[in-house]
Amino acid sequence: MLKIDIERPMLTSEGKKNLQICSEIEDRELLCLFGHSGSGKTTLLRILAGLTTPSKGRIIYNDTVWFDSDKKINLSPQLRNVGYMFQDYALFPNMNVEGNIRFAQKKKDNEAIEELLELFDLTALRKQKPVQLSGGQRQRVALARALAAKPNLLLLDEPLSALDFEMRTALQHEIRKAHSLLNTITILVSHDINEVCALATSVLTIKNGKVLAHGRPKDIFSEGTFQNYSQFLSEMTALSELFLGQ
Amino acid sequence: MQTLLLTGKLAGLTTIILLIIGLPLGYWLAYKKFRFKAVVEALISMPLVLPPTVLGFYMLVAYSPQNAIGHFLEDTLNLRLAFSFKGILVASVLFSLPFMVQPLQNGFASIPRSYREASYTLGKSFFTTFTRVLIPNIKPSIITAVAMTFAHCIGEFGVVIMVGGNMPGETRVASIAIYDEVQAMNYDAANKYSFVLFIISMLILTVIYSINGNKKTL
Repeated sequence: MLKIDIERPMLTSEGKKNLQICSEIEDRELLCLFGHSGSGKTTLLRILAGLTTPSKGRIIYNDTVWFDSDKKINLSPQLRNVGYMFQDYALFPNMNVEGNIRFAQKKKDNEAIEELLELFDLTALRKQKPVQLSGGQRQRVALARALAAKPNLLLLDEPLSALDFEMRTALQHEIRKAHSLLNTITILVSHDINEVCALATSVLTIKNGKVLAHGRPKDIFSEGTFQNYSQFLSEMTALSELFLGQ
Repeated sequence: MQTLLLTGKLAGLTTIILLIIGLPLGYWLAYKKFRFKAVVEALISMPLVLPPTVLGFYMLVAYSPQNAIGHFLEDTLNLRLAFSFKGILVASVLFSLPFMVQPLQNGFASIPRSYREASYTLGKSFFTTFTRVLIPNIKPSIITAVAMTFAHCIGEFGVVIMVGGNMPGETRVASIAIYDEVQAMNYDAANKYSFVLFIISMLILTVIYSINGNKKTL
């Protein structure tokens, strides 16, 4: 269980806003942070990872206090053990695919590396440098690397935004795989309603730094956004056909 | 030969000392925001615009036992820096500071913030991040900084002559020897020194451009 109750001023293109999030996320939830650009999604993700400090509030993960402004507790990113996938994937150019994954391990474990390489279909690419990979391949390496550290939380910042439709549907499958393997909370940022509906078990919609709704995607998007939802259904049909075909 | 070896020793030691100072300093300047940062950057860059004789003059004044710094060096550390190899080494380190720090600072600044943050979220310490993620990814900048510093030190004249004078085996580096030989009308000897300096400088620059050129095409 992850309990969040934080505040932080943020500067957006529309001026100063206050990010104010209060929410509880259950274990094994695959939560989508949904909202327009500048609504505070990425800032919230960074706050959870310990990369940005809130001005006040508390973050508690399974009885461990990660942040408490009253008690002046602020655990460093190193101690929070989160798997964070950056928008640009942040693969280290000096290391090959295997090296990137190995770097994330706390203890040397060749077997785990082989498993991850196989799981994300990277065995043939293990000696390639990030610069030699396609966008989709980089994303798979970044996911494998995030999992290699066996994190408490998996945080994905717009993981699919830079990819085309076919690649997106295939990689949504990889994200689901990563989530079920980790068996913990996964939080991903998205402003694509189809992506949210296809992946998430729950959605937290944010607008102007405030929580608008928190619930199942079906409940949140079925009202008022029918057009988008029907589009989602047709995409889901195409997706299932793709997988059934395989 | 003695003069050329001394020149190489001065340039080599200056480069090693500056690399040790320059890496943390470049990191600090690239990533940290603090008050008076512009003043610190201006001070580091001063040798680029300041006449070497000005810096040499102030260093000579500072080395003098009649001043607080010189007095402290001589009384407490038993160190007399004026007209000695150690003295020109210290001056050379100060004078070549921007040639080392600026390429390193630019190298650090060009690395996306997400690399550092990714390393931290993977549980890695600052030291591991610095040595295994940052340094390997600014290799072209390090090569440029080291080569430029070394090449610049080899040609140093104004600071060395002010602080060290012209003592064979101690402070008489190649650039001073050239001046000295020309004054004595020994053009052959001057030509030998000049030719060696020309070849070394040319080689260093060719190596930098070929290494960094290859890196870009990778």
